[in-house]
Parts: sequence; structure tokens; C-alpha cells
Amino acid sequence: MSRTLTLLHAGPGLTVQDLGRPGYLAFGLSRGGAADRLALAEGGALLGQDAGFAAIEMAGIGGTFEASQEMRIALTGAPMAATLEDGTGLRWNASHILPKGARLTIGAVRRGSYGYLHVGGGIATPERLGARSVHLAAGLGARLRAGDVLPVGGDHGGPVDMGLEPEPRLEGGLLRMVPSLQTELFAKAELRRFQDVTFVRDSRANRMGVRLLPGGAGFALDGGLSVLSEVIAPGDIQVTGDGTPFVLMSECQTTGGYPRIGSVLPSDLPRVAQAQAGAEFRFAMVSLAEAVRIERRAAEDRARLRSRLTPVLRDPARIRDLLAYQLVSGVTAGTDLDDECLDTKEGRRP
Amino acid sequence: MTDQRNLSPDAAQAQEWPRVSAAGFDGFVVRFGDRLSEAANRAALAFRAAIDQAGWSSVAETSTSLVSTYLRFDPLGTDHAVMQEQLQRLLATQDWYAAPHPQGRRLWRVPTVFGTALAPQLDEAAARAGLTAEEAVRQIAATRLRVQTIGFAPGQPYLGELPPAFDIPRQTDLTPEVPEGAVVLAIRQIVLFSVTTPTGWRHIGQTRFRLFRPDAEVPFVLRSGDEVLFEPISSDRYSALAQAGPDGGAVSEALA
Repeated sequence: MSRTLTLLHAGPGLTVQDLGRPGYLAFGLSRGGAADRLALAEGGALLGQDAGFAAIEMAGIGGTFEASQEMRIALTGAPMAATLEDGTGLRWNASHILPKGARLTIGAVRRGSYGYLHVGGGIATPERLGARSVHLAAGLGARLRAGDVLPVGGDHGGPVDMGLEPEPRLEGGLLRMVPSLQTELFAKAELRRFQDVTFVRDSRANRMGVRLLPGGAGFALDGGLSVLSEVIAPGDIQVTGDGTPFVLMSECQTTGGYPRIGSVLPSDLPRVAQAQAGAEFRFAMVSLAEAVRIERRAAEDRARLRSRLTPVLRDPARIRDLLAYQLVSGVTAGTDLDDECLDTKEGRRP
Repeated sequence: MTDQRNLSPDAAQAQEWPRVSAAGFDGFVVRFGDRLSEAANRAALAFRAAIDQAGWSSVAETSTSLVSTYLRFDPLGTDHAVMQEQLQRLLATQDWYAAPHPQGRRLWRVPTVFGTALAPQLDEAAARAGLTAEEAVRQIAATRLRVQTIGFAPGQPYLGELPPAFDIPRQTDLTPEVPEGAVVLAIRQIVLFSVTTPTGWRHIGQTRFRLFRPDAEVPFVLRSGDEVLFEPISSDRYSALAQAGPDGGAVSEALA
């Protein structure tokens, strides 16, 4: 019998994402893929499958999903309230069984920007140009809508009810960068100031790029508006005409003429993607040698994810009968499902 | 890369092209000049083809921009120094500026509305070029433009080169949205948009030519080396071309 996941409700920013489609750069098509690639690796580890399986990326808010068959799922990235219709809450950064016919409702993000719903066997929509990733900027595929029925691949089976402590990356912070193509055109004092000031993540951010507002003056470059168009890669920090930097993300353009002051390391890009508007960033230039050490460590960490899984303890407070009992006493279910991985000092959404 | 403003004129001239530079964590760019020229553009295309042919296992993908070749590789598998050395050795094997154009080039004639509400920045761009709108359109339509590179968006060509008067900078603000098929202008170049996108270039013409067809046998229509003539049409003719399919009335012929 075919395995499908039906969307009964869909938030406005739901797309199918995998690791993207390399190889079309020369044709003007950027790689695309998940905004937070580490979340795909975590979902793969939680389900004991490859990081390349396609998942549902949820920007800001989730949706309601119904499984045609029992399936394994995992939830990663920005934590969101996830509940089954009987009130059972599902922990974020963990794997679960989604029973046949069960309806899973995923609400708004508590922290961060992009949550991910993974399924055992992966979302199995047809590949286009070699990948399943929707590339909104290129018009390749579209956002998911209520009523969509997504095919799910065959699941070879694997762990379930396992949890993973995610690498912290939802609150902004330090971004390591290396030189990019126009770094040396910026005056040394300006490059130093770029690493001294604090930037605030603007509300203008999407899968193409994230705008960062500098504390103080912009970083405009004399003659920068006539720089010859050159190749662009995700991570490049493009300074537009008014001196405001954009960090370019997975769906960025492939060439551009605005000067690049630096390029954020790949392993720091999930931090850029996940920050909410208002989050603060700093930049620090590192040498290529140091960058290789940082990326090697990150790759080793990704390879070790499976060994870091821990069983999710069956907390009596999460068992559905007890939740029902709490409802009688006037406590709402769903919003009190604290995730051990969350910083409890952080205010939660009502 | 070196800041030429800090060098004496002699020292600046002594620097030779091409130059190899790291580009971000996992890329190298080989630049064949710091300004657009046909020889440097041909060199970039030919050098990319040579890298692809070399089949280096650590190379993930390659592309070209106007006068440069890019490669992305895995620095965890191959040191930056080793990759750079490989590039330098390949560069030394021939005079890339003498390389021919790519094979199989075509000339495309693309029906285009200049100005009107469809392309509201013609007057502004013409004024910046010191021309009347009519004269600007006459000069653009008379210039056979060549696809120097495909980039920015899928299947989207950078076309050059326009007469010197059109050496106008990008605008400082981004226009939030310019539609697919738009003809936009800056720095003696034209870009024909393959998607709806924000831009800092000025929107001077509009076509119905669709350049990216993800489910077609040929998803990317134009190729580097192809030539394009933008042929002025009326708004009425443009309306009628709504029925003309993805080519939007554009026709092509083989170039020798």
C-alpha cells in the first residue's frame, strides 16, 4: 500500500527540502536545499538514515499532517509545539511513531526560524533536475498547501523514541568568516570595524539571504556599484549600495556585482538561517587554515550524531491520560510540553 | 587579490593576468582580467572546459562569470595549496586568451517592448547615458550582444557589450521586483531576466522569452557564446505574443 503524508493545514512557509542540487551553477541555478543543513543531518541520525533524504522544512509555523500508514518521524531545527489529536505531545529533537490515521499538528516556532519534519524513507516527491528540493527563487516547485498528498519512501526501519541534544544555533552569535572576492577592496579600518560592531538580524530574510543591520554606519565601498559581476556562493556577505550586508543563503543568486566583504563558514550558516529578527551577530575573520580545522571538526561532529542518540524517557507527565486529566483541571495541553533541550529561561509562546 | 590603489602604476601593470584567488571556504576563482573583454571572456569559458576535462576528483562543480572561472572543491580532502598548484599548472599549459568561442553558437532575435509602463526605467537609463530614449533604443537594437555568461538566476544571460555611453552604474537601491522576461541595463551590459527578481539594474525593456524550463528536454535555453538582437515591437504586438509559447516570438539561427 502506498505511504503518504496528507497536509490538512499548511503554514505559509512549508517546502520539501533535501541537500539541494549541485552541478547547475554554470547554468545559473544555485544549489538550494535546506536552510539549516545540520537539521537534515540530525533528522537522518535520529531515523538511522542518510542526511540526503528529503524532509518538510517549516518556516515559522508548521501545519497538520495525517499519515496513511504507521510511519517513523523525527522533528529537528527550530522547536515548535507538536501534538497528536489525542493531546499526546511529541518532543522536539527526537524520533517518534506516527500511527496510521493519526493527525500531527505542529504550531509556531518557540525559538529559531526553521523547523523540520522528517519521515522514515524520506519525502518521495519526484526529483527535478536531480533533487527534490523546492527552489522558490528559481520557480522550481512551490510551497506546500493544504490538500497536498506527499508520497513517502519505503522505510528500512530503524530507531524510534530517541532524542538528540542539538548544537545550539538559534540565537545569533559569532559568525566565522574567510576572505571573499572583494574583501581587500575594503579599507583595513572598515574591515576591522566590521568585526567590532554588533549586527541585528533584520526582518528581511528568506531562503535567498538574510539582511543584517550594522550598529553604526554602513560599509559602502567607493566604486562598489560598478564591480564586475562574479560568482556568488552561499555564505558570501554581500554589501548592497546602502552599505547594509546580506548573508547569502542556499537559494542565492549564482553571480552578482555587489562587493563581498567576506564569506561565512558553511558550518556557521545554520546559525544565520535560524536567527529570528532582532537576534544579534558578530563577525570574526579566520584564516583558511583555521577554517579547515573548524569545518573538519564540524564534519566529525556530524558523523558522530548517531552515537549521541539517547532514549527518550517516558515521562508520566507526557502520557496522554494524564494530559487529559490536566485538561479537566484547566491546564491547557500542548503549550506546557517543555522540551528538555530548550533553555527554560526562554519565554515560550502562549 | 591585491588592492591596486596601494601600488605604483608600474607595479600595478607588472601584475600579470590571469590570477588565482581563494573564494570563500571551498572555492577558487581564476580571473582573466579586471574588466570585460572578449578575449578574457573566451579564456574563462575555455579554462572552465579544461578543468571539467581534467576530471580532478576533489572538484565539486565549476562555472564561469564574465571574465573568470570558478571551481568549488572539498578542502577537507585536498589542501587549498594543492588545489591552487593544480590550477596554476593547468593555466600554464596554453594561452587561454587565444582560445576560440564555444562550438554550436546561435543568433537569437528577441521581440522586445522598450519603455512604456512595461519597462518604466528606459527614460532614466537613457538620460544617464546622455541620450534620448529613441536614440538609446536605436543603439541597443542595432548592437549584436553576446552571451558572456549564464548566471544570477537559472538560464539567465549577461549580454554585452553596449556602446561606451551605456557605462552607467547600478542604482543604489534595489527595485523590489522586476518580472521574468525583463531587459535590464547597467555597465554596458544587458541582463534578460529568467525569473521575477529584485535588482539594482534599470528595467528598460520587456520580452516574453522564457529562459528556464525545468521540465523541458533543454531546461536552459541560451548558452554562453550565443548572440542576441533585441528587436523593438509595440505594446500591441507584445500582447499578441502572449499566445506564442515559451519562446515569446524569439527565433534562432546557427552561427558559423
